[in-house]
Amino acid sequence: MHREKRLSALIAFVVKEMRHILRDRQTLVILLLLPLAQVVLFGFAIRTDVNDIRLAVVDPVPDAVTLALRARFVGNGRFRVVATVPTVAAAEPFFRRGAADIAVVFQPGLAERLARGTGAQMQLLVDASDPNSGTTMQTYATSVIAAWQAEQPGAGRGVRIIPQVRMRYNPTLESVNLFVPGLIALVLTLVSSMMTAISLSREKERGTLEVLLVSPLRPWQIIVGKVVPYLLLAFANVVTALFAAWAVFQVPFRGSVALLLGASTLYAMVGLALGVLIAAVTTSQRAAMLFALVGTMLPTTLLSGLIFPIASMPLPLRLISHIIPARWFIVIARGVMLKGVGVADLWMEIAILSLMFVAFMTLAIRSFRARLD
Amino acid sequence: MTLAIDVQRLTRRFGAFVAVDAISVQVKTGEVFGFLGANGAGKTTAIKMLIGLLEPTEGSAQVAGYDVRTQSEEVRRRIGYMSQRFSLYDDLTVRENIQLYGGIYGLTDDEISTRGAELVGGLHLDGAHDALVGTLPLGWKQKLAFSVALLHRPLVVFLDEPTGGVDPVTRRQFWEMIYAAAARGTTVFVTTHYMDEAEYCDRLSIMVDGRIAAMGTPAELKAEFGAPTIDEVFVRLARPAAMAGGV
Amino acid sequence: MSDTGPVVLHEVRKTFGATVALESVSLTVRPGELFGLVGPDGGGKTTLFRILATLLVPDSGTATVLGRDVVRDLWDIRSRVGYMPGRFSLYPDLSVEENLRFFASVFGTSLERGYDLIKPIYQQIEPFRDRRAGQLSGGMKQKLALSCALVHRPDLLLLDEPTTGVDAVSRREFWDLLDTLQASGLTIVVSTPYMDEADRCDRVALMQQGRVLAIDAPSAIGALFPRPLFAVRGRPRTALLDALRALPTAASVHPFGEAFHYSDTRTALAPAQIAQDVLDALRARNLDGVDVTTIAPGIEDAFMALMGDAPGVPVGVPA
Repeated sequence: MHREKRLSALIAFVVKEMRHILRDRQTLVILLLLPLAQVVLFGFAIRTDVNDIRLAVVDPVPDAVTLALRARFVGNGRFRVVATVPTVAAAEPFFRRGAADIAVVFQPGLAERLARGTGAQMQLLVDASDPNSGTTMQTYATSVIAAWQAEQPGAGRGVRIIPQVRMRYNPTLESVNLFVPGLIALVLTLVSSMMTAISLSREKERGTLEVLLVSPLRPWQIIVGKVVPYLLLAFANVVTALFAAWAVFQVPFRGSVALLLGASTLYAMVGLALGVLIAAVTTSQRAAMLFALVGTMLPTTLLSGLIFPIASMPLPLRLISHIIPARWFIVIARGVMLKGVGVADLWMEIAILSLMFVAFMTLAIRSFRARLD
Repeated sequence: MTLAIDVQRLTRRFGAFVAVDAISVQVKTGEVFGFLGANGAGKTTAIKMLIGLLEPTEGSAQVAGYDVRTQSEEVRRRIGYMSQRFSLYDDLTVRENIQLYGGIYGLTDDEISTRGAELVGGLHLDGAHDALVGTLPLGWKQKLAFSVALLHRPLVVFLDEPTGGVDPVTRRQFWEMIYAAAARGTTVFVTTHYMDEAEYCDRLSIMVDGRIAAMGTPAELKAEFGAPTIDEVFVRLARPAAMAGGV
Repeated sequence: MSDTGPVVLHEVRKTFGATVALESVSLTVRPGELFGLVGPDGGGKTTLFRILATLLVPDSGTATVLGRDVVRDLWDIRSRVGYMPGRFSLYPDLSVEENLRFFASVFGTSLERGYDLIKPIYQQIEPFRDRRAGQLSGGMKQKLALSCALVHRPDLLLLDEPTTGVDAVSRREFWDLLDTLQASGLTIVVSTPYMDEADRCDRVALMQQGRVLAIDAPSAIGALFPRPLFAVRGRPRTALLDALRALPTAASVHPFGEAFHYSDTRTALAPAQIAQDVLDALRARNLDGVDVTTIAPGIEDAFMALMGDAPGVPVGVPA
């Protein structure tokens, strides 16, 4: 076939695919509103302010500094001291019973170390069974300490208490900011992987694929024709999510919009390739949907750092998280949106996603056979 | 003679579209009644009303002595249904399918095992008790499905294109099973696209555009239309409708 | 074995696991022919079509379509063949016209360029061109599918059971359309489970369980029936059937419409003699008003004789 004919066949395919999307009104409405709903719901759900934090104080050798800091916690209003014990081991039962949310562990001789200018340390133990409130509580505790330090004479001279936080580390105050990039990843995964896999396996089930295969269309044309409309839909979703985040939660946008949209497109392409791959290896819509759910949605939600911090995962999961595309996308999106960093700092993540796209797409085209057996 | 099916001016509308237009049909107990019609003539809609799956807009229908509108539970307990598209579960064995249907119709375990054994023996399927239904050839599957539809000894059995795609020998065996069931007093209400099968029916009706255009014994219909075969009768009745576009 | 013709199969075999779908099938379709594959489900018709449509590769044997090998030259074949699979294979959420335009573009052409060829068919559904394909009746769906398979002006049309589940009127119309297409020079291979449709073909291959039972013109197929055949009419039917079956010399007894088709093992006897014997035997059983006439066997008679009156027996069942 001539090139123009190939092109017009491809355009016809894209048009046909768009019609499928536009005619399935229910699905379309859900897909378009999803990013909005997700950002708003997640946003409000996460923004729970935590009050009445039950504090366990571990102060083996009380001195002037520890007493001053303890007074600060008491005076803060958010904290309520439920126990004052000499060892971490003695604080442990309070955590196990759920009687304490957070523990401040002072080093013996804190005042003396501070006076000498050697690094003084203290530890925060946070009950992170609910990671969201855990994050918030720990942020409050850190800020109490930071506020006290700032008032000390010689605060600028580098003599500091360095709080060590176990379980979780969250550098920003507003947790919703952190979630928006993750939500974009989630929506993109849904639209690109799941919807593509379903729509392609539907053609298999309906028997229309049989006719397409018998036509002069090459497998790559079928794949591209399938993918382009969903890419557009994905793009619309990213814009919606960003708009919702900015309009409802005033999430800052510090970096380049173009870079973020580009990265989103790249990430969507990885998802689309995965979707095609899933459709190629499954034989029914139902199987394709479950495959997409377990193979893409679940890891994106659980292993990408979207909800559970990667740093606190056991090693095997941490290793697995490397092959989850969302993990890299979230780094890019957080970097661009919250820190305003550019390609110079994110080239590695971008390169990884590009490699993933090439790998998955090659696999998809290879497993998408031109015949039935 | 009692009536197994008594339909009076049964009508079903979908919006402005009249799918079934005041049809009246009486089927006697033990009769094999052929319910013919072109695609889209309203056959499926009519059957759905008779088996209690669809509410009639107007008119009345009694099946096995009960009103399909007000007593659909009673009706369903006394009828069997088999369609070409859905009959048995392919991923269950012959035995499991029989147990399932026996269970659905509230047969006791004893009844299920004795009737099941009779059924399987009657079909010469003894060796295939534990074979997945999906592995049986189509003809056997359809014969099995028919037997299973009779498991709870229904008074009326509805067969929707039961022999589609079945080989000619098995098709005839299937019809012999229909006769045997009718001889035992079961009323058979059957649709088919094989016009030679229409001749096997005691009586038949031909639906065109929601109405019953003709009804009678095959011989009566052929005489009425001066046609050599039911196929000819059917084409003469249904062709003008098809030419007009239909649905 | 001729090796020219739009379709040439030579000892094609295809298995799926333990199931043999096609067992050494050889046949040749001549240019411009309306060729029928006739047989029940499970006969191997769909597998055969998929091999011709380059969707499946035979385990052994060779198949050429329009002079090209189905394994090697799939892209050549694909652009020149029109294929209509057994099940409805259009997009139900697209309109009639959208489906047609889509398939035209896929084959690198347009509705306008293919219009004169599909006109006789498409005209019948054109009044409904804005209707969604999913809302068409069975007969109209088939016409749309046929239009879609034709719009790129193929040299060979492959139709897998286009009339299955379609009512008798639409079926006739569909065959009339095939006649029109054939008159334009197109070669058509079509399959059907309805034996009576075999008469509409130039030649047919009778297929049963992966084997070709016979290939010939429909009029010649009946002659393959090995014995004289009689139509027996009378009432009550069940009593008549039982009586015929009970005849010691009965070779085959099958219901055919309102009659029974009977053949006798005494092939040396004159048909008139057999007819008289049967009539006497039935009268002896108090069946009066019975009528026995000699008839020419049809395709269905031949098919049943050729399949040995033994339909497929399930695994594990003593035959």
